[in-house]
Amino acid sequence: MKKIRFSNFYIGLILVIMYLPILLIVVYSFNESKISSVWGGFSLKWYEMLKTDRAMHEAIGNSLLLGVLSCSAAAVIGTLGAVGMSRIKLRTKGMVEYISMLPIMVPEIILGMVFMTFFALIGLPFGMATLVIAHTAFCIPYVYMMVKARLAGMDISLIEAARDLGASPWRAFFDITLPLIFPAVLSGMLLAFAMSLDDVVISIFVTGAETNTLPVKIYTQMKTGVTPEINALCTIMLVVTLTIVGISGIVNKKSKVGKLRNEENYEK
Amino acid sequence: MKRQNRYGLFMSIPMYIFTLVFVLAPLCYMVLLSFLTRAEVWGVVNEITLENYQNIFTPVYIKTFYESLKLACICMVFIILVGYPFGYFMARLSAPWKKRVSMLLMIPFWTSALIRMYGWIIIFRSNGILDKFLMGLGITKQPLKLLYTYPAVVVGMVYALVPFMIFSVYSSAEKMDWSYVEAARDLGASPIKAFFTVTFPLTIPGLMSGIVLTFVPSMGLFFIADILGGNKVVLVGNLIQEQLMKARNWPFAAALSVTLMLLTSVIIWIYRKVAKVKDLEGFY
Repeated sequence: MKKIRFSNFYIGLILVIMYLPILLIVVYSFNESKISSVWGGFSLKWYEMLKTDRAMHEAIGNSLLLGVLSCSAAAVIGTLGAVGMSRIKLRTKGMVEYISMLPIMVPEIILGMVFMTFFALIGLPFGMATLVIAHTAFCIPYVYMMVKARLAGMDISLIEAARDLGASPWRAFFDITLPLIFPAVLSGMLLAFAMSLDDVVISIFVTGAETNTLPVKIYTQMKTGVTPEINALCTIMLVVTLTIVGISGIVNKKSKVGKLRNEENYEK
Repeated sequence: MKRQNRYGLFMSIPMYIFTLVFVLAPLCYMVLLSFLTRAEVWGVVNEITLENYQNIFTPVYIKTFYESLKLACICMVFIILVGYPFGYFMARLSAPWKKRVSMLLMIPFWTSALIRMYGWIIIFRSNGILDKFLMGLGITKQPLKLLYTYPAVVVGMVYALVPFMIFSVYSSAEKMDWSYVEAARDLGASPIKAFFTVTFPLTIPGLMSGIVLTFVPSMGLFFIADILGGNKVVLVGNLIQEQLMKARNWPFAAALSVTLMLLTSVIIWIYRKVAKVKDLEGFY
């Protein structure tokens, strides 16, 4: 009995340590005092300051635009790819699948330098375009994996039935396949969006002098000095990321529940 | 059947093109770049050379690789010490608690690593939370000034990577048949003996995959050393960044990256040979 208690204590302790840094940021973002180790009372003034910070607004705008563009591109490419590749038997299929997963497997710094040197080689000016391409590359795996898993659990006979009844392949895709895999597409997209919003390392390498994304801006500010304004900004980013990941999880879970229900009806 | 095929092919085209043009081609270019010569002022000259790889073997850079490996090994020890018991204990929780705890572990994992490191700055700063806490308890008299030191980097790395170890150990301990342990206990083994003769050998695959999953990224996490270590800790990752952004020696940075990738592939390859498994356990 005593042993079990110790193990629970240990798990609790480690979890507390894990959350401590995150918690501190949130708490100190409401701190009136400028010195982070002194509590000067509750205040929203750092959030007020963010409201008027023009450069910050621009960075937030850039980050959101980048996230939307790259996760949408990844959604289209990744979904079509997952559906298409589940139906072809090319010898190169496995290789392409493996290579497309590399962006989330190789160390970020290497990916960053790979993109940077390549864009310089083909003469693409650094800025939003390069950011979108690089982010799309590491967003595709999230969508692809989600959709692939969902397709594996899908009943192929539904599509066959639609085709037998005279639907064109495209009609079958839009009427049958897409609605069925849509939750997976959406939850993969949201995950990809959250990853894009958080990325620092790759962005540092491929961003232009004029396009700052939010994490890049935070990173440069963090190196020059710590201001409570960053606390407030980090708190906002935390809330946004966690909300998106949460929604993604709920969408994915709901789709599984829906699937189960369909199966039950089918059995009846 | 053939039409189905053509239609699938058509849908795969964007993925094929994107992967070949924006993933495979850049990777190949990096390998090529590592054999080219650096131009005197800007860019590269198309002359094949092995000089970049020879440069790596100069003592300064060998030392950086050695330092990176050393840090990775030190972190590994702490990751195992913290992560193994956690994963093991977690596997013994009741089903609803398993879910809750793994959820709690995943949440920080999804938030930006940068932000989490920033939280550690608040803790480690001189006269920060940790100093206040320790001095309040009377353990230390002066501020420890832990920020921008080696231990701070180790803590940051362990913190960022330990969830990988936890999940790997957890997934192999979870699959384990606990009746073996019970049998050992019934036959008179002490809890400690039962652990080392039964449980531990059975969770070694999880431990091994945890080691690979954490060792590989720990070589490339340059920003943790950057943020928490100041300029005092220089890892291969930092060196690549410096060569790329400041020294502008792209071929050398490429050679370093290729070497780092080879090194990590070798580690994974050895792991697969030793453990005789195809997939890494736990995360994927």
